Amino acid sequence: MAIQDTEEAVLAAEPIKGRSLWQDARRRLFANRAAVTSMVILFIIAALAIVVPNVSPHPYKKDYYDRVACPPPDALNPERGVTQAINWVREGLGYAPAALPLSQAELCPEAVGQGHWFGTDANGRDLFTRTFLGAGVSLMVGLTATIVALFIGVLYGATAGYLGGRVDNYMMRFVDILYALPFIFFVIILMVVFGRNFVLMFVAIGAVEWLTMARIVRGQTLSIRRKEYIEAAEAAGVSNWAIIRRHILPNVVGPVIVFVTLTVPAVILAESFLSFLGLGVQEPWTSWGVLISEGAQQMQSYSWMLIYPALMLSITLFCFNFIGDGLRDALDPKDR
Amino acid sequence: MLRYVIQRLVGAIPTLFLIIVMCFFMMRIAPGGPFTQERALPPEIEKNVLAAYDLDKPLLQQFIYVDSFVCQQRFAMWQTGQPPDAAALSGRGLQYVRGAFRETGGVQREIKCLGGYFGKLLQGDFGPSFKKKDFSVSELIADGAPVSAILGISAILLATAIGVTFGILAALNQNRLQDYSLMTIAMIGITIPSFVMAPILTLIFGVYMGVLPVATWGGGAFNHLILPVTCLALPQIAVISRLTRGGMIEIMRSNFVRTARAKGLPERLVIGRHALRAALLPLVSYLGPATAALVTGSLVIEQIFQLPGIGKYFVTGAIERDYTLVMGVIILYAGLVIALNLIADVVYGLLDPKVRFD
Repeated sequence: MAIQDTEEAVLAAEPIKGRSLWQDARRRLFANRAAVTSMVILFIIAALAIVVPNVSPHPYKKDYYDRVACPPPDALNPERGVTQAINWVREGLGYAPAALPLSQAELCPEAVGQGHWFGTDANGRDLFTRTFLGAGVSLMVGLTATIVALFIGVLYGATAGYLGGRVDNYMMRFVDILYALPFIFFVIILMVVFGRNFVLMFVAIGAVEWLTMARIVRGQTLSIRRKEYIEAAEAAGVSNWAIIRRHILPNVVGPVIVFVTLTVPAVILAESFLSFLGLGVQEPWTSWGVLISEGAQQMQSYSWMLIYPALMLSITLFCFNFIGDGLRDALDPKDR
Repeated sequence: MLRYVIQRLVGAIPTLFLIIVMCFFMMRIAPGGPFTQERALPPEIEKNVLAAYDLDKPLLQQFIYVDSFVCQQRFAMWQTGQPPDAAALSGRGLQYVRGAFRETGGVQREIKCLGGYFGKLLQGDFGPSFKKKDFSVSELIADGAPVSAILGISAILLATAIGVTFGILAALNQNRLQDYSLMTIAMIGITIPSFVMAPILTLIFGVYMGVLPVATWGGGAFNHLILPVTCLALPQIAVISRLTRGGMIEIMRSNFVRTARAKGLPERLVIGRHALRAALLPLVSYLGPATAALVTGSLVIEQIFQLPGIGKYFVTGAIERDYTLVMGVIILYAGLVIALNLIADVVYGLLDPKVRFD
């Protein structure tokens, strides 16, 4: 009797819903306030990067000869902001306050009230438009190069780790060799060979960033390879390639996703470094790296040219790092 | 362990060779050359310039060839013990053989007759710089390397000290205020690129406050080092503190730490003697390549602070196609990466009892 009752009870009960690893991870990720805020901010920046250059009243190429190097409204007010902070420090150390910058009303009467929220650059172009044009370029570089790195690195690492033995040995030796080459040399040569093409720069950076990805994937693959389900697949006569694709790749996704979110900022930094060297995006296009390197040269007199692009870059990098950390915590099965 | 080290060193030889081959041919095949200019040289002059640097030879010969004429003469010289008859020789071969004879003060058995870049390299000659006239690559590197090394080593020591402290403090207070604030401070290092950080720090401390020199090497004086070393260390502090934090959090959950606590060890010893050793393992693997990169200089820091290091040669050499100079710094860098990785692996093995060197 008792057995029948239990059976009925079991049949009558609601089926218990299993929570997959992914559902768990998503729940934990969305519980992480820093990561969620970062995603929202990134989304806003990306949206502005698409919208602003297209709808701005000041086209990104337009030189306003009467508004060269004009400060943004109110930014240089000595009563607040950076200038104030610097003067506090100086007074604290017993120095006289820094010389006040020219008031913008004297400097650029034309620019006031024209909506140059970030000021204008040394050619009189609107910095707000250009900052978000640069945002688009930088984010594109970040994503494209990361996808290239992801593609090469995952395939290479999974193949090496799965085949193992001598092949693995040689493949990883090759990675070691590339590791011992300075990154910047490699990128410069690639760009010299293939020309200073916009897209090729992305590919060149991606072609350098895949090494770490390959190592991570290989390590993961090596440990997965010993699992029973791979043995079962081998016994069933599944081909090597199919095992890599169907069984190994889905299982290395976790660490790879985390690494991707950390590669994007690394690539954006690499691009800005190349731009700083003058090897990056060319005029009239721009990127955060170009804007920052221009701004860094002018920072003493025209600090806004550095502050706004640098601030945007830093915010973006912060966001990617917070998302990466959040994902790592969310995907870590030990952390449940 | 000695066996392991020797094995690794022997294994490094083909790696280094492949690196040299790859870079050499990549550089030479890339379009443009050291003497390509906006205004082309007159053909005769160009021919002479190219010949002077062996650039008119086929690519493989530029890499390595056996100078059979010099070989013969030197061999004869070694057999007879006499300098060769000047009448029998002419041109470059004569000077080369005679020079060698004078330098060694006699005849030696070694037959230095390999030519081409790699041939000279085997004899320890990095060649002349193509762009910086009157300087050999060895001289340029010998001048700049100490500067870069001092900066790099100071930066990595500073970064390790601060980064490890931050990482441990953050891990022990995981998900509390200290954790978040320390990690946010650390993260500044990787979110603000050095070419932004350097001018800002210069402006604040050098110009507005006037307490530190704005630029130049100043013979390596301490106050000249502060700003560049800080700029070099900041990104490393970020990475090191995150690595330490990650490793520490994982280790503090492990069984042997629980055992150590269970037997009543004070927390200080649990961390210092047991946990730290294991938690620093990921850091050890990271520090090898990171040190190699820092010690070979940074273009940005050298440019902004006007320091006479070697970091700039990686970029300017590649852009100007100063073949020998680029090869020189790349060989230096690759050798350092290989050596430091080996050291890192040995240290790893000493720290981790699970690793056996056989």
